[in-house]
Amino acid sequence: MDETEGLIARLTEGLQPVKRLPSPGIRASLWLGLVALLGAIIVFGFSDLAMFVRRISDPKLALELTGTLLTGILAVVAAFELSLPDRPLTWALLPAPSFVLWLGSSGYSCWRHWLVRGVGHFEAGEGADCFLWIVAFGVPLAVSLFVVLRKAHPLSPGPVAAMAGLGVASLAAFLLQFFHPFDVTFIDLGLHLAAVATVIVLVRAAARPGLNAG
Amino acid sequence: MTANSAEEWGRLMAAAQAGDGAAYARLLREILPYIRAIARRHHAAPDRLEDVVQDVLLTIHRVRHTYDPARPFSAWLGAIAHRRSVDALRRKARTEAAETFSPIAYETYADPAANKDISAHEDNAVLVEAIAALPPGQRQAVELLRLKEMSLAEASAASGQSVGALKVSLHRAIRALQRVLGGRVGE
Repeated sequence: MDETEGLIARLTEGLQPVKRLPSPGIRASLWLGLVALLGAIIVFGFSDLAMFVRRISDPKLALELTGTLLTGILAVVAAFELSLPDRPLTWALLPAPSFVLWLGSSGYSCWRHWLVRGVGHFEAGEGADCFLWIVAFGVPLAVSLFVVLRKAHPLSPGPVAAMAGLGVASLAAFLLQFFHPFDVTFIDLGLHLAAVATVIVLVRAAARPGLNAG
Repeated sequence: MTANSAEEWGRLMAAAQAGDGAAYARLLREILPYIRAIARRHHAAPDRLEDVVQDVLLTIHRVRHTYDPARPFSAWLGAIAHRRSVDALRRKARTEAAETFSPIAYETYADPAANKDISAHEDNAVLVEAIAALPPGQRQAVELLRLKEMSLAEASAASGQSVGALKVSLHRAIRALQRVLGGRVGE
């Protein structure tokens, strides 16, 4: 008891004001705004927009892209919310509906592709490049997201890291579509999901040293 | 805890965020029974209970900038106290899984007279050398908690390491020393 009283005395002596953390919505919006700016530079600078406009006229792809982008945005918002002590774990369900939309629309495209082209077009050559793109783009994004998230000193880094990993990998997968001049096959989808899972695993592995409040 | 006290605690924390040390001290003292009640659900031993309470206080101090006065203080405090209690429980389970209670070792070394056959001088030199060879975090934990006999809270404040990190560092240090000294060091 005396030790606890001594600790309180030490913690309160010469107390300095602290800057209150802005709301998670504001922090997520700022981070997503910066990523949108970076994405716009990459898309307008390097992608074939005419090809993309032709492809996006297909409602299936439009649905798939909406699902991917929403998953990225909502997972990032969930990561910011979960980084605070009093937010329930149910925030992790926020990106679930859009993730199902992404999987469902991609799966439907794969199935159509399979019906039209048959099993002979299941090579993984392009898919391997997609895997590398998602990992190579997702990991630096994850590092920048960690820098912002760790300001909250999350008490449970695991769920925060999982949402952050899902968010950055989904955003990377969304950007990939601007450089992806073909519909996804089951192999592509599998490799996309493997890339997303790889980013989540990498981010979770880095969570303890990177995010922990100690 | 009543609704009024929770509202008052929220106001005190907002004042603490602005640098009001007196409000902060009052808040930390008033919430102690509430934290103890949550910690007691997971930890029965009084010494461990107080360690958890101190860990919760240190965590509150570290994350006090995350409290939003527009939201209920009780939910914020309860989440921290619950989380730290569970973390302590997991640490305890990990430690106990890696250790074996040995009554023979206790009987041999608990009584100082039982150690008279051991060459104290030689042991000291080996011990000093072994402590010096530890990684910095582990060495600091041994020095503060064992040689200077600080409490966990004092050592945490002195080193900047959390109570949990200090416990882990000490545990690892003792294991390393046991390997070097052939089991003659006890926690």
